[in-house]
Amino acid sequence: MSRLAIGSYVDDNKRIGEFLESYSRRVESMPPGTCPIAVQQSLLQTCAAQTCGKCTPCREGIPRILADMEAVLSYEADESIVADIRKRARLLRDTADCAIGYNAGDLVLQGLDAFEAEYASHVQRGICAEESEQTVPCVTLCPAHVNVPAYISLVQEGDCAGAIKMIRKDNPFPTACALVCEHPCEEHCRRTLVDAPLNIRGIKKYAVDTIAADQVETPARAESTGKRVAVIGGGPSGMTCAYFSALMGHDVTVFESRKKLGGMMRYGIPAYRFPRERLDEDIRAILSVGGIEVKYEHDVNDAEMKRIAEEYDAVYVAVGAQGGKSLRIDGVDLPGVMSAVELLEKAGDDELPDFTGKNVVVIGGGNVAMDCARTSVRAGAKEVVVAYRRRLEDMTALEEEVHAALAEGVEMVVLQAPVRIEANEEGSVGALICQPQRIGAVKGGRPAPVAANKPEVSIDADIVLIAVGQDIKSAPFEEFGMKAERTHFVADEFLRADGFENVFVGGDCQWGPKTVIMAIAAGKIAARNIDEYFGYNHEIDCGAEVPPARPNDRTQYGRVAVPERPIQRRKHDFEHVELPMTKEEALQECGRCLRCDVFGIGALTGRGLEQW
Amino acid sequence: MVNLIVDGKEIQAREGMTLLGACGKAGADIPTLCWMKGLNDIASCRVCLVECDGELIASCNTQVREGMVVNTGTPRVVDARRSNLATLMENHRYECGTCVRQETCALRTLASEFNVKDAEFYLPEKAPWDESFPLIRDASKCIKCMRCVAECAKVQHCAVWEHSGAGPHMNVFVKEGLEIDAAGCALCGQCITHCPTGALTARDDVDVVMDAILDPEVMTVVQVAPAVRAAWGEGVGVAREDATPGRMASALRALGFDKVFDTDFAADLTIMEEGSEFVEFVGSDKPRPMFTSCCPGWVRFVKLHYPQFVAQLSSAKSPHQMMGAVVKNTLAAEMEAAGKKRMFVVSVMPCVAKKYECSVPQLSTEAGPDVDAVLTVREFDRMLNMYRVDCNALEETEFDNPLGLSTGAGTIFGRTGGVMEAALRSAVFLITGENPDFSACDTTESTPEKPWVAKHLEVAGIPVDIAVASGLGNTAKLLDALEAGEARFDFVEIMACPGGCVGGGGQPIEFNKELACERAANLNSLDAGDKLRYSHENPDVQKLYEDWVGKPLSHTAHEWLHTDQETWDI
Repeated sequence: MSRLAIGSYVDDNKRIGEFLESYSRRVESMPPGTCPIAVQQSLLQTCAAQTCGKCTPCREGIPRILADMEAVLSYEADESIVADIRKRARLLRDTADCAIGYNAGDLVLQGLDAFEAEYASHVQRGICAEESEQTVPCVTLCPAHVNVPAYISLVQEGDCAGAIKMIRKDNPFPTACALVCEHPCEEHCRRTLVDAPLNIRGIKKYAVDTIAADQVETPARAESTGKRVAVIGGGPSGMTCAYFSALMGHDVTVFESRKKLGGMMRYGIPAYRFPRERLDEDIRAILSVGGIEVKYEHDVNDAEMKRIAEEYDAVYVAVGAQGGKSLRIDGVDLPGVMSAVELLEKAGDDELPDFTGKNVVVIGGGNVAMDCARTSVRAGAKEVVVAYRRRLEDMTALEEEVHAALAEGVEMVVLQAPVRIEANEEGSVGALICQPQRIGAVKGGRPAPVAANKPEVSIDADIVLIAVGQDIKSAPFEEFGMKAERTHFVADEFLRADGFENVFVGGDCQWGPKTVIMAIAAGKIAARNIDEYFGYNHEIDCGAEVPPARPNDRTQYGRVAVPERPIQRRKHDFEHVELPMTKEEALQECGRCLRCDVFGIGALTGRGLEQW
Repeated sequence: MVNLIVDGKEIQAREGMTLLGACGKAGADIPTLCWMKGLNDIASCRVCLVECDGELIASCNTQVREGMVVNTGTPRVVDARRSNLATLMENHRYECGTCVRQETCALRTLASEFNVKDAEFYLPEKAPWDESFPLIRDASKCIKCMRCVAECAKVQHCAVWEHSGAGPHMNVFVKEGLEIDAAGCALCGQCITHCPTGALTARDDVDVVMDAILDPEVMTVVQVAPAVRAAWGEGVGVAREDATPGRMASALRALGFDKVFDTDFAADLTIMEEGSEFVEFVGSDKPRPMFTSCCPGWVRFVKLHYPQFVAQLSSAKSPHQMMGAVVKNTLAAEMEAAGKKRMFVVSVMPCVAKKYECSVPQLSTEAGPDVDAVLTVREFDRMLNMYRVDCNALEETEFDNPLGLSTGAGTIFGRTGGVMEAALRSAVFLITGENPDFSACDTTESTPEKPWVAKHLEVAGIPVDIAVASGLGNTAKLLDALEAGEARFDFVEIMACPGGCVGGGGQPIEFNKELACERAANLNSLDAGDKLRYSHENPDVQKLYEDWVGKPLSHTAHEWLHTDQETWDI
């Protein structure tokens, strides 16, 4: 009676733990387009499994809600059933004894509100909502809808040039995306069910490392239409629009304010992440199409914009978000304080800073802050500190960027809110003064920092880099007549600028600073809609065919990572951090692709990706 | 070429070929359900499984690869196919005894071949449907093969069907949750003939017809469409060469109809009216082209999807509607003499849309609706089975006269290009006073494999450009080209079903076989062997004009034989 035994719970937890890992991988790989009510039902089924059965609302209520949901999903429910779900969920939320119950009730209620349209569609129209249709996850989640399974398959068949052609069907920046894409395509990769998501970016990198993009022919231009398109800004969005417009037979003029093309890919992303000569491969390929004239160092003011809009048949404004946001604290005007944009912009024209022997403090927690910190390390700084007012896990920078910075010796000083910058005796930057924070309650989905009851902290600094966001330089275009809300240009869903017939606008300057691939997607949409506005419907033959699928390889493998140069070497130069994958590594990674375009729902919906 | 081993046999296959094709080439017999060549290779039913490198894979959408070793008949393969069939049967309301598809159901055939046992679950219940609509869907028999979705969207342009819902709730629905009568359905019936089970059927009107036959006060008149003669034998076990029009007339008599007429007669009549209309049209500045109007699936399609072209339809009614109007207006005296009080006209048609057409209130005269009921060829064959008619033993008889005599021109109405060809034969005569060569009017090149087939003619120095299209996807392409100014024609024939009525949605069904071409050859040989091959030479048609109608396009002709499709209720 009084003896204690060791073991059974531990063993049981281990067995179930392995199962739970598969369970969470199932959840991670939830296909886009899954019916949210079905998801909600399965979540509630999990809640039911967790219930101990002690209390009435949980034990008796959850099965009733599940049955109601089943009726909704079977198109057998009317409004009264939905009302019943709400009533029972409220009871569960308000009267359950523990979180297993009241949280379940909360989840149901949240779902009822979040998926109101889907409930209505099931109940009133007897069908699932239109957007609830499963698709090929990687293709759907790529903003430019690149045919991922097709190019992976081409790489696997040994045709890297074909893979580049296939990528270019939707995205003329295969190299850029191979090196710096945030790869949303990998987020719900179905391979997660078996082992881990494919390293899609890595496979693409293998393709462009094997054969440079400018060595792969672009498709032939369509017959000239005589239409003229002006593109304002030669970044990823503008150049994508220029590429496709030129292919469609229109004559394109790009107005670029700087010395070189590439936008933030050149003037925002440091060379150790994206070597300039690699960017030039994409740009050379784009310009090789013909019919694209570039006017370098050509600023466009309101009068010039007016002239362009009159002179050209269509204009695509893609000026990005090129200004650096500042902080409203004392001392930001001191010598030695720079904006991140300023630093990276100079680096873009190979004007590298020399921080030898200096203490550098970077303010911010995004990717740009990491770029500044790692650039400072390479510029010879004695010590580089990132000061951030939230926690490490709250940083908006990609996890791998944070880790790379840490590995290169950057100190992360978290929960420190900048208060002022103090001068040294010479009148330039001496220290950043911070107010320590503690992490508090969640606000708007993120835990918010609040001032801690601790004294201010002084961080020695010779240089302070402010990386707290980017601004859109919208003023000249607003003067010309384009509408903007707090500097973000206003356009309809087809990217036509509000109030204009022939002016289109997209990318960072429309939706604020986002990723390269999103900018590319906007450029593609603009090109298609400009073509349509001209009365055409040009189709582009990418010159590559989708190979037949091999059967799925169900063996579990580890995910191959893109290899990197040793930290101690790479942190002293601006050479590319990443190394090429070997052929064996790339092929093993390709072999994990489940070809969702052919198997499963892809057989029903995945085809037709040959054209936009 | 790719080398592979199928069931121990070394074979070569073309690159890009499917395993299903390659194995078939090697002599393996692989069962399929959802697969439709070139249209539906979604591999959903998992019945065409084969074993390859230790894995079971669907052969319909796996392409051959060098060095593959494939086994198509291992116990593991057979067990997997059988288990999937059993799983399908668990969700299929298999009340086969009362199912109209029992003889032609691919699922029943396979389940029986694979020795599938009774389901251990309750079978799904019949879902509600507007049973008055000519097209009936019974969701409880649907196996979600998506063949209807593919056929309707890819071949017939209407995309009435769509799949929606997740997991166990995934099902086929009328698009956007609409009611079927509001979903742009042309009623071509191709989804029915491509459904592997009884989930999609045409409304059964056998009871209505039986009631009329049994009513002593009713004179029942039956007519039979050109394309029926090419296919009626398929459902009653009569070989194509024995299923003659004469034997078909006897079969119809055996069902107890008082009068047995041939719609071919009315096809000749249609040519007189439509041909004359075209002769007038050629000299007019009306917008080009004039479209034929004898296919109600096409008329529904153009009304629903391309209303801007409706005014360009010929105003001629379709042949069976003309026949109904003529019968009801000219046989009243005979009916009264026989002591009957009402007339009931039944059309045996290869068509589902004609069930709609006969109910259009605008298609009637003072004598009542032109046609009272339409039976598909499948219903006709079912009635013959009910009556236990030994069709092979029937003597050949003539149709009743005077509305039974027809020409070869009327017969070819049943295939794509036939209406055009018949019209040209007579239009040339009407313009020049001389019969043209048959070769000058020939349209036997017409095929649903091409969007349309065009032909240029000179008639008495007048250039005439004609085009023939069948299948609504092809039709849409032609209409788009006309609208965009990329094509220009004077006269266009459209048939909703690929290949024309011989491929009609009301024809007998054979799983995964497109029989339109074979049946068309039958009609062509009947035409070639006919003594009369010009509609204007049909003596009974000439007599009908003398006794009743006057001349083509006369006032009576307009009353009886023409319509304004724009006014039709949908």
